[in-house]
Amino acid sequence: MEKSEYKSIIKNGLWTNNQALVALLGLCPLLAVSSTAINGLGLGLATMATLILTNVIVSMVRRWIRAEIRIPMFVIIIACVVTAIELLMAAHFHDLYLILGIFVPLIVTNCAIIGRAEAYASKNAVGHSALDGLMMGLGFTIVLVILGMVREVIGYGSIFRNADLMLGEWASVLAVVAIEDYRGFLFAILPPGAFMSLAVLIAIKNKLTQLDLNRNVESKKEELGAMTTLSSKE
Amino acid sequence: MIKIESGKKIVIAGWLLAVTALLGTGLMVGVNWHSKPFITENERLVLLRTLNSVLPSDIYNNDIVSDIVFAVDAELLGGPNETTIYRARLDSKPSAAVLKVIAPNGYSGPILLLVGIDMSGDILGVRVVKHKETPGLGDGIEIQRSNWIDSFTGKSQQNPNAIGWKVKRDGGEFDQFTGATITPRAIVAAVHKVLIYFERHQGNIFSSSKILTE
Repeated sequence: MEKSEYKSIIKNGLWTNNQALVALLGLCPLLAVSSTAINGLGLGLATMATLILTNVIVSMVRRWIRAEIRIPMFVIIIACVVTAIELLMAAHFHDLYLILGIFVPLIVTNCAIIGRAEAYASKNAVGHSALDGLMMGLGFTIVLVILGMVREVIGYGSIFRNADLMLGEWASVLAVVAIEDYRGFLFAILPPGAFMSLAVLIAIKNKLTQLDLNRNVESKKEELGAMTTLSSKE
Repeated sequence: MIKIESGKKIVIAGWLLAVTALLGTGLMVGVNWHSKPFITENERLVLLRTLNSVLPSDIYNNDIVSDIVFAVDAELLGGPNETTIYRARLDSKPSAAVLKVIAPNGYSGPILLLVGIDMSGDILGVRVVKHKETPGLGDGIEIQRSNWIDSFTGKSQQNPNAIGWKVKRDGGEFDQFTGATITPRAIVAAVHKVLIYFERHQGNIFSSSKILTE
């Protein structure tokens, strides 16, 4: 694998083709559980694990998959991986399961996973696909956590509440009361708040991309201008 | 020629799909077989933890998770379904019972409650196990959010009297929440009815081994 390839996979997953902000995939679980930062983190990590596993498996069997039946094959693979994760989590990490349990089956409804299987893993080597899964999952997780933080601050006036439920006792120090004696703002916690917050995040992302693009055009123009003055002097 | 070719292709694809499905099913059977005993044990421990939140652990020494009886009473236990009653015994003598009941008229559907009652009819503790009440308004019934639910501890059917077993807005003695009266009202009513049920059927609960009906 070349370095530039690594870079483009990483950039694609985290920014250019971010599954939540650009592809707008996986909105169902995204909006359903991003009411607090810890919920967001939980679903994000579970999604990331699923994405890596399904990408690796799909990539490994990609030579045997036929075009006509690729979608049902992907569905079988994803459903198996998610079910296995859910069962193993219930068996060996039961406390975590009690918190994330409701999110895990939701992962199946995340079209980002079948999207990556179809668009990337079925055409690329195992290592590349694993990295793609990791980065796409990470990009998704970051958006989920930010969205959760925004909604939590506005809705509950706190950040990382219930962190100890997921990460263990030590994490209770993470929970910060951002606004003292806050009565709460229901709108942010309910689904409309999720849509609004996500819209704001997408707008910010688009603005940044736009600025980046403008800067590139400007520097190209300057280069061009310098060249024309140079040639006119001649 | 072409027709045969494409027919062959479909058959191969079909087999491929069948094999994948078979492999997937096999894998699931294996994972399930491996995790089932762990999950059963975990669920038992979780149930025990929940029961201990409405029951001091020093008043019983039986296997409370399996010492259960079912009851049906549409009027007093919140609906036509079977209610699970966990029976606590200290050295084989009945010491308390935990009833898993439904408050049917919550703001957004039924609320599932655990109510622990000792032999003199006093409440040992109440916990909300499952609810869909509005976040930020009705969810003060959760112990993680407020200690409102602890206001039932120590109460009994005669303390307060029937008029007192209401929220303050209805002239009773239990607080409601700002912006949410329906949720606390539903729980107060449900807990009161459980106490009435317990008083009427206390004897049967501990002697019977089958389903208790009205």
